Amino acid sequence: MTTTETPKTKRYVRPYGDTTGDGMAQMSFTLPIPFGPRADGAAQQLANKMGMDPAMVVHSHPIGEDFTFFVVYGSVQHIVDLDAVKVVEREYPLLPPSDVNSAIKKTLRRKLVVVGACIGTDAHTVGIDAILNIKGFAGEKGLEYYRELRVVNLGAQVSIPELVKAARADKADAVLISQVVTQRDAHILNTQEMSAAFREAMGERCPLLIAGGPRFDPLMAADLGVDRVFGRGTTPGEVASYLVHAISQRKEHHA
Amino acid sequence: MSQTRALLDLDPKVVATARGLAAKAAAPVIDLARAHTTVAVERATLRLAGITGADTTHRAGDVPWVNRVVDTVREHCGLEHGVTLPVFHALREHDLGSLTELAEATAAGQIQFTIPTGRAATSAAKAARVAVAKGLRTVDRNRANRDKLVTKLGDPPRRPWIYLIVATGDIDEDVVQAANAARAGADIIAVIRSTGQSLLDYVPEGATHHGFAGTYATQENFRIMRAALDEVSKEVGRYVRLTNYASGLCMPEIAVLAGLERLDMMLNDSMYGILFRDINPIRTFVDQRFSRQVHARAGIIINTGEDNYLTTADAVDAAHTVTVSQLLNEHFAHEAGLPDELLGLGHAFEINPKVPDSFRLELAHALLARELFPDAPLKWMPPTKHMTGDVFNGYLLDGFFNLAGVLTGQSILLVGMMTEAVVTPFLSDRDLALANVRYVLDAAGSLREDFRPAPDGLIVKRAHQVLGEAVDLLDRIVDDGLLNAIADGTFGLMKRPADKGKGADGVIEKADGYLNPATTLLDEGATK
Repeated sequence: MTTTETPKTKRYVRPYGDTTGDGMAQMSFTLPIPFGPRADGAAQQLANKMGMDPAMVVHSHPIGEDFTFFVVYGSVQHIVDLDAVKVVEREYPLLPPSDVNSAIKKTLRRKLVVVGACIGTDAHTVGIDAILNIKGFAGEKGLEYYRELRVVNLGAQVSIPELVKAARADKADAVLISQVVTQRDAHILNTQEMSAAFREAMGERCPLLIAGGPRFDPLMAADLGVDRVFGRGTTPGEVASYLVHAISQRKEHHA
Repeated sequence: MSQTRALLDLDPKVVATARGLAAKAAAPVIDLARAHTTVAVERATLRLAGITGADTTHRAGDVPWVNRVVDTVREHCGLEHGVTLPVFHALREHDLGSLTELAEATAAGQIQFTIPTGRAATSAAKAARVAVAKGLRTVDRNRANRDKLVTKLGDPPRRPWIYLIVATGDIDEDVVQAANAARAGADIIAVIRSTGQSLLDYVPEGATHHGFAGTYATQENFRIMRAALDEVSKEVGRYVRLTNYASGLCMPEIAVLAGLERLDMMLNDSMYGILFRDINPIRTFVDQRFSRQVHARAGIIINTGEDNYLTTADAVDAAHTVTVSQLLNEHFAHEAGLPDELLGLGHAFEINPKVPDSFRLELAHALLARELFPDAPLKWMPPTKHMTGDVFNGYLLDGFFNLAGVLTGQSILLVGMMTEAVVTPFLSDRDLALANVRYVLDAAGSLREDFRPAPDGLIVKRAHQVLGEAVDLLDRIVDDGLLNAIADGTFGLMKRPADKGKGADGVIEKADGYLNPATTLLDEGATK
């Protein structure tokens, strides 16, 4: 048998169980109802509504008195149009720690220095610690874990002059500030004040400025006068990958 | 546990050398811990003496009264003599009825703390001892109560005990999940703390409902969960144990609260805070010693955190650092009065499954821990690093983890989740995970009887090799000094100098007249 289409030219596809076009898929879920025939019927209905028809409830068992767990197999009616698939592209690749380390080694031939702080009166170091502490966040190790990064964590309630001074003394390549408290737009005002202070004090030699916090909108970077803004759910790996990207861009720019 | 039959034929002389080196490495740090106190130790002492509640009017939010008092004493007359002398002197001078009244007066700026001398000092010391002894008797009563409940309801029917985590952020929701987990077979419930609590230099107050990826450890939350588990223990006919975290900047206070509310196990590692949270080394060692003394008194099983090393370093290359840390944790714990049966030394199943013979290597490492610490209730931690989101493969890996646990006689088994690194576990994930454990225990629970690794096989050789590497590393640590070794990045790759890190400003060198009735009563084992 010969295949008529190569994967590249295919436009419409359905899930593959054991025959092309059978649309077979499996799923599992829990419903908050007691175990029994009625529960199986409910699972079947849900699967049908999800576009799985016919659907087979191949397994169910009770979890306590009030819940039932199901495994369902069936054919889905949906068709995927590959031409309509849009992938959001990040302008930089996500790198594993070893690649971050080797990229820094290659670009800078020294360690990349990161200075981090919670500025203003904000005492919530949860965010900056999740990014910097080796303990990390969401299963990823913090920036301290990266061999080629030197991390200086100044902690909470750091004044802007202190931050500028520390960045200068440590020859920071990047400055990370975290803002959690947003009363009266404190996070925006503090960040603007910070970026202005850096530009005034260091001008062209200003380190990369990065702001992070749950209430920041990543599109606000220009307004805030920073190079990059990271919002809720950012992981250390994303920040590290960005650092590599931004530093190499800068280097090209200056070269 | 102690019925362990030696399968590895470890050389008793090498084992003795390893223990001797661990003791030598720990000695200077123990001297340092004895010579210092910390703001957290002083706060813990006042908590034993009965101070509770928080200043709800403070502009920074609820500040525990104990923080207000200790900070003010430090400002007025320093903490090098201990907090109890100035506090109980002020209580008498101002004729106040309770420490809470004193705290309110302190907040109102009505108290000027001084170090009493002569007869005033003697009577302040006496009053402090009476108050702290009362708190310790509550801890003693809780311990006796636990023993009574265990006798009445019984321990779990078999080893390993099954340890399950709940973490919703809301204590009321935690209670529901914990009760369900116990009904489904969990013997131990651990409530994970809110992200970042370890770096708070105070213990939040009251019942809490808004944690980040975990629930705040507070005295009230402890009480609520223990009461709920007492109910469910009756229902399931075995005593369900409760675990929380005595780590971070408030380690001693959390230890006291755990003793006051009858928690049963506490995470408590001698170096975790230093390495993974960048807490000052001296602060950690001082806080750790006090907290372990309190745990010893409360009959609480500690769980150490060796699994963390293997999440940062390679589980094969760094296997010996786990052994070294276990030996150090053991020595620090013994020194603080914890007997072997309260030493839940940790280790983990974290070898890359793509490494050839990975399961045999896991067995070697797990068996080494078992035979080095035959009487300790070892805590066996599931794979996390190589759980990828392929939940089917993860379920298999957890099955092998469970099998390694029963084959090597582990005592406490933390249930692995196939959705590790994907989502916080679904109700069904927990149910499936428990089914996995049950299957392995039913199918192979006694397989240990038939398990005899070949005397010159890979498992035995590997265990000997790891022990040898541990001895070499301990040798270097003794030469270098433990604090220097930590500063140089020997453990978990982190470099932590002794004068740096969070909470360093909360460390105080004791003066000659330093007095702490809690330490005295704990050292003496006295109740009055």
